[in-house]
This record gives sequence, C-alpha cells and structure tokens, in this order.
Amino acid sequence: MAVIKGMDRREFMVTTLTVGGGFALALAFPENRVEAAADAAKIPDKPWESLVGKGETEINPWLVVAPDDTVTIRVAQSEMGQATFTSWSKMICEELECDWSKVRAEYASVNRHFRENKVYGRMATNASGAVRISRQYLQQAGASSRERLMAAAAEVWTVPRSELTVKDGIITHVPTGRKLRYGQVAKKAAAIKLPEEPKIKTPDQFTLMNKPTQLLETPLRVDGSVTYGIDVRLPGMLYAAAKASPVFLGKVKRYDDTGVKNRPGVHAVVEFSGPDIEAGVAVVADSYWHAKTALDLLPIEWDEGAHATDTSEKFLKMARAALDEPGAQVVMKKGDPDAALKDAAKVVEAVYELPYLDHAFMEPLNCTAQVTADRVDVWVGTQRPEEALLDAAKLTGVPRENIYIHNCFIGGGFGRRNYNDDVRQAVMIAKQLDRPVKVVWSREETMRHGYYRPMRVARFQAGLGPDGMPVAWINRVIGIDQNPPADPAQTIRGLHQVPYAIPNQLFDYHLRQTHVPTGVWTSVGRSQNEFYLESFMDELAHAAGKDPYQYRRALIDGNPDFPRAKAWVKVLDTAAEKSGWGKKLPDGTGMGIAIGDGRRPGVKEVTICTVVATVSVSKKGEVRVERFDVAMDTGPFLVNPLAAERQIEMQMVMGLAAVLRQEITVEKGRVVQSNFHDYPLLRATEMPEIRIHFVRATDEPIVGIGEEALGWVAPSVCNAIFAITGKRIRSLPLKNHNLSADAA
Amino acid sequence: MLSLRVNGKMYSVDVEPETPLLWVIRDTIGLTGTKYGCGIALCGSCTVHVNGKAVRSCVQTVSQAAGKDVTTIEGLSPNAQHPLQVAWRENDVPECGYCQPGQIMAAAALLTKNRNPTDADIIREITNFCRCGTYTRIRQAIHRAAQLAVKS
Repeated sequence: MAVIKGMDRREFMVTTLTVGGGFALALAFPENRVEAAADAAKIPDKPWESLVGKGETEINPWLVVAPDDTVTIRVAQSEMGQATFTSWSKMICEELECDWSKVRAEYASVNRHFRENKVYGRMATNASGAVRISRQYLQQAGASSRERLMAAAAEVWTVPRSELTVKDGIITHVPTGRKLRYGQVAKKAAAIKLPEEPKIKTPDQFTLMNKPTQLLETPLRVDGSVTYGIDVRLPGMLYAAAKASPVFLGKVKRYDDTGVKNRPGVHAVVEFSGPDIEAGVAVVADSYWHAKTALDLLPIEWDEGAHATDTSEKFLKMARAALDEPGAQVVMKKGDPDAALKDAAKVVEAVYELPYLDHAFMEPLNCTAQVTADRVDVWVGTQRPEEALLDAAKLTGVPRENIYIHNCFIGGGFGRRNYNDDVRQAVMIAKQLDRPVKVVWSREETMRHGYYRPMRVARFQAGLGPDGMPVAWINRVIGIDQNPPADPAQTIRGLHQVPYAIPNQLFDYHLRQTHVPTGVWTSVGRSQNEFYLESFMDELAHAAGKDPYQYRRALIDGNPDFPRAKAWVKVLDTAAEKSGWGKKLPDGTGMGIAIGDGRRPGVKEVTICTVVATVSVSKKGEVRVERFDVAMDTGPFLVNPLAAERQIEMQMVMGLAAVLRQEITVEKGRVVQSNFHDYPLLRATEMPEIRIHFVRATDEPIVGIGEEALGWVAPSVCNAIFAITGKRIRSLPLKNHNLSADAA
Repeated sequence: MLSLRVNGKMYSVDVEPETPLLWVIRDTIGLTGTKYGCGIALCGSCTVHVNGKAVRSCVQTVSQAAGKDVTTIEGLSPNAQHPLQVAWRENDVPECGYCQPGQIMAAAALLTKNRNPTDADIIREITNFCRCGTYTRIRQAIHRAAQLAVKS
C-alpha cells in the first residue's frame, strides 16, 4: 500500500478496501465449530487498513454498522497475544445486543484520536488496564448505540421505545411483531441524540461476558496472513539494519563506510542520535540481508563514555553496600520494629538478589517509517501508540494531525514495547531518506538494547515470638534504575503493605542509578518483590516449624488490619485443596506455595492469586516443575475466561524460564547475552502441567489478568526446592546454584 | 539468477547464493508468514519445508534450496484447511502467534512421517520455541489434527 500525500485515513480506508487474508469457507469443517468457519476476515490482516467500506454507518467512534448488520468494533488497545480484539468487542457488544457472528474488529486510528480530542480515551496497553480502565466506557458506547438504534426504529414505526425489544441485532415491535434489523436503521440512528445516556449492565446481567469465546484473532495466525510490524512491505521501501552504541549512553566517534558503500544493494549509511535515542549507525539497503551483512562489516569507532568499565557485579556490590547506608525512604512503619526485633525469641535474616532480565519476545524490534516535509507515517507494533505519535511529531516538527501511527500486531510485548525507542530511531533514519524504510533490529541488537527488568537487592529481618509467629519485620529494598529519582512504584509495590499480621514493621528503600536502561517487565515489580516476600515468609514458617500454607493462613486470617483477609484465605484454601497440598509425594518431589494480590499504592483493585508448584529435583540437581496449580480470584466476572487462561499460562512459562536460566549481565558497560543460546526460553520438554482454578473470592472487579499470576512463580518453585532439598534459594536464576545431592 | 520453487510457483531470484533462504522468502519473494526470530536456527520461527522436510530457513542458503520444492505456511494448504490449521483454530492455539507458522510447519513435517505421534514424539521432534508457552495446546492440536487427517 502506498502512502499518498494529502489523503486522510478515512479516504484511505475506502480506497484500500480489500479484505485481505480471508480464506474461503470450508465444506468439511469439524463438528461443533461451524461458527469458526465464519471467522474469515474478522480482523484485517494488515491492521492499519480498515475493514469498513462505503455505505457503512458509524454510530459512534467505537462502532460501525453495515447494511448487512455487520458490526465493526474499533479497538484502542494493542494486540500482542491477550486476544484484545475479542475482549474489547465483547465489552461493547455485551450492551449492543448484536449478532456476535457478525462482529469484526479493527484498530482505532491514533491519528483520529488526536484530531478528535482523544476520542478513544486511553490507547496505552499496559498495567493490566484494558478491562479495568476501559470497560465502563466501552459498555456505555455499546449501550448508547443500542438505544440510538432502537430510537431510530421507534421513529420509523412512530411507536414508543418501550414497545420495542432487541436481540441479535433484530429489533422487534412487540405489539405488532414487526421487525427491523440494525443495518436498516443505522443511518437514522447516527443522527439521533439521546436525551439521556442509558444505564449499563452490572456483571450479574452479563450474557456475553463471563463465558468463553473463541478468539477472533486466531484464524489470521494459522495461515501466515497476520501482519506484524516486521512484515510490513511498502512500495519503494528500503530496509535498514541498525547498530546502537554497545555501551549504553555512548556516542559514534567515527565510522568508515568506504568498504561497504559499494556492496550489493547498499543505498546509504546513516547516523542516528537524539533525545532518548541510543546513538548509532544504520546501513540502508534493498533487502534486510544486504543491510545486515554490510553493517556487520562496517568499522565503527565508539566514544564509550563514562561507563565502559561498568559491570553488573559492580552494580550488585553497590546495592549490597546500600543496604547499610543511611537516608532510606521510609514507606511504612508501625510499632517499634527495632525494639521488637531485639526482644524476639528468634531472629531470621535473609538477603535476596535478582538479576536484570530481558523481555525476549519472539518478534525482534522493528519499525517502518516514512518522513516527508508535511506528513509522517510509522508502522510499528507498539504498546503506546499515542507516545509514538508525539515522539514522531517532536523529532520531525510535523504537526500531530499529519502523523499516522499504523499499529501492527505484536509478536510479544511484555512491557518492552512501551518505550518506542524503535520508533524514534526509525524516524531519525527515515528523515535522511526519501522513501519508506523498514528498520529491523537483529535478535542480538534487540537483546542488547533492552529496557531491562531492574536488578534488586533486598534484605529482610524478622523476629519471631515464642509461638513462632512474627513480632517484628524490617525490610529494605535497593532498587536499581537508570534514572532516579524515578518513580519508585516498581520497587515498593506489594511490600508497602504486608498482608500478614505483624505488629511491628518497617519498610524502606534506596534507589541507585546505573547507566543500564530499565523498564517494566510483565508483572511490574511483583516478579521481584513477591519472590523475596513470599520466599521469606516460607523461611519464617520453617523457622517456626510450621506448615507454610497453614502459617500464612493463620497470619492472614488473624490480621484485622488487612481488608481482604477473608478473600485471601478463600483463594489460598482453593490452591491448597486443588493441588493436594500436604499429600505424601515421592522422594525428590515437593510443593511450594506463594500468595499475593498485586496491590499497589493508589490503585484500589487487586487480583488475588495463589500458586502451588509441584517440583522435583534429581540427585544431580536438575529441577523440573511438574505442575502449577494456580488459584485466582475472578471477582464478579472475567471478560473471556478462555483468554484469561491463556494469559495465565503465558505468565507461568515466562516466570519459569526466568527462574531456571535467564539473566542479563553487564561487562565492559555492555550486555553480555545476545540470543537464545545464552538467554534461553522455556522448551516444550520443560513445560509443566498448568491447572487453573478460578474462584470468586471478591465482589469487586479485579485489577486485571495479564500479569497477575507471574509474581508467584519464582517463590512457589523456590519454596518447593527448599521443601525437597533444604536449600534456600535467595538469588536467581537457578542455573547459578548447585542443587545436586552431594553439593554442600 | 537462481531458480526457486516456492509453494508450487517458480521464482527467479537475483540474490547472492549464500543469502539465507529466510530472507529470500520474506524480502525478495514477499511471503512474510515465515518469521525471523533468532537467525541461528534455535527458535524455529523460520521453519519451512524443503522437499517435504522441515528446515530452519535462517541458516539454509538459498542455493541449497535451488531446484527443490520449498513450502511455506502460505502454501501449506489451499484456503488454510490443512488438518493442523483446522485443529489450531479449533483449539485457539496461538497467543501472540509469531512462532506459530514455524510450529505448524514443524508439526506438518512430523505428521507426514508419523501419522499419529505421541506426546513424547511431539516434544522430541518439535523443538521450536514459544515465548507465550502454548506448548500444551500445540500438542493437543497435533493430536486433533491426526484424528482429522484420518477422518478425511
């Protein structure tokens, strides 16, 4: 598809209306899945193109009704595996009362969002927010549209609205039995203004949500038709391979392109730099392979700056030293923890350490951009398209309304695609060219230029009373981030409020700066904070000689200050019961338990989750997770239980790979690891059984689902390892520990 | 100029013979269903069939494939009705989906030599990575596809 000057997106939609990727309906489709056969072209395979054609009527920015009753939903969230198109459509169609088999979904236009005063609300996809933050206004959009369609029918028949009912997009005038379809009244409805907005359904009234729905996204993903950012192809497009300063915050000193300029297909060698852009050099060519092979041969001399000798070992030492430095920020204090610790019958102390982690999704970073004097087009899979647009505006000086972010499907985000550094770099490269350019980061470049999950060091001290229950709790965390004073949210989350009944508590933290970029990694802080919090609770239970499940249960149940104690106990009990906690297991096999709720300062919603890991450790020290039992509170509803299960599985797998083997280390100021050989993903041979137990433990909607289980993977696995071997794991990954029977 | 047969169609491609097949398929021919994941034959996202065998196209040179039959996800079946694709839809296997063309191509090669693979066969033979952890559903879908293939 060509970028045509002076053409706005709405015209563009119409002129490019070819519903690509649709397969013809099968004759021999498997039983019970007839509806799946109609899945063709439910989502545009090139997601920046609209499915909406001439003659269709926009009822409001969220939805369009066609004369044949097809409903097209505009999705203002990025799809990276959560089945957002399906969930988003369900939230609107719950109220719309249309025929689900006629629902299609497409991305909302970021450009329009800016032109029309942020009409789509929030377009960022992060913080588990798609449902929590959007649901009510999406339901409202659906309800409002339904009432306008009904009002239009009432006008056609000149009857009161109260005499009408609607089901599956067919409006019935009850007294006469006359019928009108949505497609027949959509044009009229578009002109109707309601005197007041209708009320939306409460969760107990849901008929579409709370039930499993097959995913609209699936068909595009089994025939190669889905277009990720890396698959974008444009007429006249060039390809670029880029290399940013290996030492973060370095600069390009000089490079010599004489040897590569004349290599086959090479078009240009360009430099890039700018605000929040790691400076570097790109080779632009007629194919990615030509660009990459030329870049590999290009001699570049770097000004490595002040950090060329930094190592992660040095950062770790700095963090350990900070444990005893004054001036920590106090987050929570009650009672007199120092005195209580001194008087305790028994004191338990532990220091935990966690490495940097990369996101390691399957689709390497990439971005395609075309920059002209008066218009910028960017094709990218981003979790934050609004910021991508603002960045492109800032870097080019082109007004916002002339910038088009064509969001793509995303081959994994996990937080990394919040940062748009790929976009900024591509825009700076494209500015130097007269044609669109697709910049592809190699796997190595992607892994060595991350926004890593930060390193952490945390110390816990607890005093136990004569009954083994804690009387004192002192916790200090050292957060390592690129830019303190950054938001300490990740560092303190969950630790700011200990759910267990402990009369004397202190929690404080230091932030320490390094030059390594850090960011959010699915579960945002919890994968670290819950690892040490729930591992340490396990240490206390064992020090007290008590069962770790019962110990937690007693401390939660007995905490009058914790508002969700009853719900926690319900989820904890569910996990214990379903996992067979306490049953005799074979030698070398054991269970570990961990619970939490993802609470964070300033957000009232939570999702309570308990994970029980059933683990075996061989005599040689090989760890195998046999099974995860995940009990999770659903609150009053889940939008799509089928998608929720998948997201929980994803978290178990992501968490387990990190526990077993993953770490990012820094030597000479740069990241050591580069690809899946030294940063391995979980393999099929290591896949545990995952049993998900949904339980309704609260009456308020949960905070979300996309990252609400991951935090309890590491502590449940490591607590199981302790149960089996008596070895307490206080740092990860496990590959750095010798768990063999003959190791000390 | 090299001659290449992809999904039953002949292509003459003007590329260096040592170019990886992956990039010829993606950039020169323009079939983007075959994915770049690691470039070192570890992840399997680039799996295609060469003369019916699953190969990792990121480390196969185009000259190794010249004169042979190359099949990509786009050519696995007309109208995406291969039993694996049907089973994949039925089970809603993919999450982000990026690795799935490679998974399906690896599974298709497995089914041609083993019509009814066990779980152990599957995890031994299909070593592709899935970051979203769809491995269990991949196995279930392969079993289902084996059933569908028998029916048809």
